[in-house]
Amino acid sequence: MRSDPKMFVPVARVLHWLLAAMILTMLLVGIGMVASVSARHDWLVGFHKPLGIAILLLVVVRMVVRWRNPPPALPADLPVLQKLAAFASHWLLYLLMLALPLVGWAMLSAGGYPIMLGTSLRLPPIFPVGAVGFAVLRHLHTWLALLLFVTFLAHMAAALYHGLIRRDGVLSSMTWRRDARGTADD
Amino acid sequence: MRDSPTTSAPPHHRIGAWLLIGGTVLTTAGVFAYAGGWLTPGRLTPERLVNQLQDNAGTFAGFRRNHAKGVCVSGWFDSNGAAQAYSAAQVFARGRTPVEGRFAIPGGNPYAADSSVPIRSMALRFTQANGQQWRTGMNSMPVFAVGTPGAFFAQLQATQPTAATGKPDPAKVAAFFAAHPETGPFRAWAKTAKPSASYATESYWSLNAFVFTDAHGKRQAVRWRMVPEATAADGVAPKAGDADYLASDLGLRLAQGPQRWKLQITLANPGDPTNDASKAWPDDRRTIDAGTLVLERTQPQDSGGCRDINFDPLVLPDGIAGSDDPLLAARSAAYANSYLRRTSEEAHWPGTPAIRPQPEHQP
Ligand code: HEM
Ligand code: HEM
Ligand code: HEM
Repeated sequence: MRSDPKMFVPVARVLHWLLAAMILTMLLVGIGMVASVSARHDWLVGFHKPLGIAILLLVVVRMVVRWRNPPPALPADLPVLQKLAAFASHWLLYLLMLALPLVGWAMLSAGGYPIMLGTSLRLPPIFPVGAVGFAVLRHLHTWLALLLFVTFLAHMAAALYHGLIRRDGVLSSMTWRRDARGTADD
Repeated sequence: MRDSPTTSAPPHHRIGAWLLIGGTVLTTAGVFAYAGGWLTPGRLTPERLVNQLQDNAGTFAGFRRNHAKGVCVSGWFDSNGAAQAYSAAQVFARGRTPVEGRFAIPGGNPYAADSSVPIRSMALRFTQANGQQWRTGMNSMPVFAVGTPGAFFAQLQATQPTAATGKPDPAKVAAFFAAHPETGPFRAWAKTAKPSASYATESYWSLNAFVFTDAHGKRQAVRWRMVPEATAADGVAPKAGDADYLASDLGLRLAQGPQRWKLQITLANPGDPTNDASKAWPDDRRTIDAGTLVLERTQPQDSGGCRDINFDPLVLPDGIAGSDDPLLAARSAAYANSYLRRTSEEAHWPGTPAIRPQPEHQP
């Protein structure tokens, strides 16, 4: 298949939506499990850790894909400020997707916990054990997650604004279908 | 280059589009807020449980929010291999596993008198050679008062000291016990229980049930307890007026030699309740002796190795898992919350109470 210069390459699109679903799940699971004392707490924590590490691996793959396949350019007539916002928020999203699982892993290391991804798979620690390090990283995990959530909300609103109001092909560059008006696919 | 914006939505469609965008954002934020418990203030959360512990005992920065007074210990576990038939955990293979632990008394006040409660506790962290850990917190009584987190919370609320007397309101306590007949076995035990003069002479029960899995994946529900070798006769009687005799007794005993406990694992029969720590299992259940816990050193808790350990009962190695006991998840969640509070105070995190030196005299 010839790649369409107006679209993200298919693998980038698949990774975008897969990670979007996984990250949204993680945010909900995370915020839900720390507010629960029921049996949910236990299995959600057990789910949160391996899913978070899977995100870390996929984000690395995604960054390699991005580096090898530059994204389609934004519409030429998009105001400079909006282009800047798109650029900054995309990098912030990448940064947070990478930082959150690393901070999660590091904070459990600092707390002296074994980092179990199941009943027997254990990751090595990546941060020295200590109360101060644990506390700082544990708070950082919360604040970065909240920042990721807020950035995600703005990102989603912007994507819908492109798709529903500007109808400029930005939303469809990440989906499976070209804009209704857009030139036929290949 | 993507399509030019000549196709932008006609004005009469825009209002609908903006509403759709706003609605999507608000709905997503609403789902998030609901999951986080912000829309259901009545939900029992770890935060509320630990706040209630603080309401009952006071807030002592840097200390555990329950079992605040205690000492660190360390040693090892010598496994005789007997439990291996039921659990594939490395700790049960014949051999030695290093242990960090902590003795304590229940309650959130780190300056309480040792004689103020008849219960003592033992918490242990076994670190297996493969890096997996087994953490357990046990109490010196054969049954827990209640079986659910909700009942535990209600008990804390009912026993919160009133501002007027500094003691719980007897009417509320009576009402709680009347509404919670499951507390019967615990109350029967508490009637005759006396505060022991030593940590070393007590038995410590897991109370919660767990599930062992053997090398073939066969499951067996269990509870365990640590049974002491030492007897009261070996000890020194506490000096009159000494409120901290447990730590000094332990220091004296360890100066003479290591202290030992047998790890006894009780196997449930089919049908024994695994989801209710307020119900003991019948006495005739098969019990296996899995080996010997040897403790040889003690350190103060503000500098010892146990200070920064969260003895979360759900940190378990392959071969041991939690049961359907609803207290386990609640403990895990509440201990994490308490751990974050005390480590944040250790880190002088903004907004946390300052750690103060021990007062000369506590009322
Ligand atoms: C994209 C990745 C991740 C996201 C979006 C995420 C999100 C969250 C959120 C929102 C919370 C609740 C914070 C709070 O309200 O205090 C949380 C807690 C937590 N996360 Fe993550 N997390 C991620 C990765 C990880 C990883 C990789 C680990 C560990 C390997 C981890 C371990 C934890 C733990 C242990 C807690 C707290 C449990 C407790 O205190 O009871 N997270 N996470
Ligand atoms: C947690 C969820 C999400 C994350 C972490 C995320 C992350 C990202 C990132 C990092 C990019 C930049 C891609 C690049 O330049 O390499 C991007 C692009 C994009 N995302 Fe998302 N996204 C998420 C959810 C969504 C949702 C829900 C939508 C749609 C409603 C969406 C629509 C888009 C679109 C249309 C683009 C292309 C923007 C452009 O052409 O510059 N994303 N996303
Ligand atoms: C829902 C019920 C329970 C709640 C909310 C609760 C709460 C707590 C909290 C907040 C701590 C301090 C944790 C820390 O900062 O490290 C603690 C310590 C402890 N709890 Fe519980 N607890 C509960 C049930 C039990 C049960 C059933 C047992 C008995 C087996 C138990 C035994 C212990 C022990 C031994 C410690 C001291 C651990 C240490 O020395 O660090 N708890 N509890």
